[in-house]
Amino acid sequence: MIELLLLPIVAGLAIVTVAGPLGSFIIWRRMAYFGDALAHSALLGVALGLWLTINLAVAATVGCVLIGAMLTLLQRQHRLETDSLLGILSHTCLSLGLIAVSLVDNIHVDLMAFLFGDILSVTDEEVIGILACSLVIVVVLMLLWRPLLSITVDEELAKVEGLPVEYLRLTLMLLIALIIALSMKVVGVLLITSLLIIPAAAARNLAKSPETMAIFASVIGFIGLLLGLTASYYVDIPAGPAVVACCAVMFALSLLSHRSS
Amino acid sequence: MNMFMSDLLLRANNVSVKIDQTEILRDINLTLSRNEIVTVIGPNGAGKTTLVRTLLGLINPSSGAIHRLESLQIGYMPQKLSFDTTIPLTVGRFLSLVEKNKTVVSKALAEINITHLSDAPIQAISGGELQRVLLTRALLKTPDLLVLDEPVQGVDISGQTELYELIADIKDHYHCGILMISHDLHLVMAKTDKVVCLNQHICCQGHPENISNHPAYRELFGDHHTPSIAIYTHHHDHSHDLSGSVVNTTTHPTANND
Repeated sequence: MIELLLLPIVAGLAIVTVAGPLGSFIIWRRMAYFGDALAHSALLGVALGLWLTINLAVAATVGCVLIGAMLTLLQRQHRLETDSLLGILSHTCLSLGLIAVSLVDNIHVDLMAFLFGDILSVTDEEVIGILACSLVIVVVLMLLWRPLLSITVDEELAKVEGLPVEYLRLTLMLLIALIIALSMKVVGVLLITSLLIIPAAAARNLAKSPETMAIFASVIGFIGLLLGLTASYYVDIPAGPAVVACCAVMFALSLLSHRSS
Repeated sequence: MNMFMSDLLLRANNVSVKIDQTEILRDINLTLSRNEIVTVIGPNGAGKTTLVRTLLGLINPSSGAIHRLESLQIGYMPQKLSFDTTIPLTVGRFLSLVEKNKTVVSKALAEINITHLSDAPIQAISGGELQRVLLTRALLKTPDLLVLDEPVQGVDISGQTELYELIADIKDHYHCGILMISHDLHLVMAKTDKVVCLNQHICCQGHPENISNHPAYRELFGDHHTPSIAIYTHHHDHSHDLSGSVVNTTTHPTANND
């Protein structure tokens, strides 16, 4: 079992480790829909990547970044609120992505793998890529942790106090785009946000500080990953959904522990 | 920080602000200096908060210019701040976002008399306590300019007096300039050096006792509520008190009323 699951576990561990703090930011900044929109745009990026035959992870990241930039531009107008804009962008991207994938007919495309992930088929190179990118995310997060936390608590206060708010917001957006592109392989575009949000939400019920919440989220994500992969191995169920389901169980448990304490 | 220099911190030149074609502020000319308390008063919708936000650089003026002292350190206490309950944040951690050094933070907490709040979740403290926490945070930046948007909002009368005394002490201690918004002229006037009477444009500005006799001020506040004669007399008493005493003494303004 262990030989088969070693690569998936390493890849998954790297991803849930960075998903903990980034998912916490998504929760704090109420960006859940934003995560969804980025994930869907990653699918569009993948479709374009298939078309142009470039590296799919790179294409997915580019797709995320483009949609993130587009959202930032659309937010300058004040007639529609961000949640409506995200609803528009998110599902437009999903639709365009599905259309584009279906149009790429010269190669066989396993759409299910993109939508729900295929962690068990992760390759050596992919694991190395995931590890490298995760390391970059961790380093950037550690360097910018305090300013990022400051703009999360209150952007105006942070701006008055001299922080480069726009730049920090953009950095956070790029980091989230990167983790989404990375974790597409693990849980797929439809489940990525849950991998970011559910462990962090479970951690919220247990944590007393932003830092402990981020760390607990990573730990909960890791437990969910191990349980999910094991279940997938023994019961023969899809791995990505199994991981998400296990995280959801832990979220439910965290609610109980929160109530009892 | 030379007490004898009247250093200019910030100057607004003919600043106008339009939001969606609606003119909110028109031709604002204003200066803020070190060791000076400036209070902006005006009716609801006069553009007080917009003025402050423009001076802070949060809103860009549609015309005119704002000149700030180079590397001007601003401490800002917003009117309110809502904290998302999703983020587990104690008061101490909130303050440590601006100051890493824990001893400095606990000293600042002690200075504002809120040491006991240090471990409380910031979402759970009362409005008055939050005001003090925000003030502490503003001070941790050792500001040249302290900007307070309705600092006594939601604070009871005795708390207001206390808070104003605290603000006066802060000015003496930090030698900073203070810009304050108030809808309550009554208490502010006792400590302020300059009152700016705002109603989309600056109706009048000057020393409090001159302002309360200014026709523009009387028009703005006198005509709005009928019983304001009484309030006005009240203010008049205050400026009387003030004329005989130094601005930053800690006498309770209310105690000197007849």
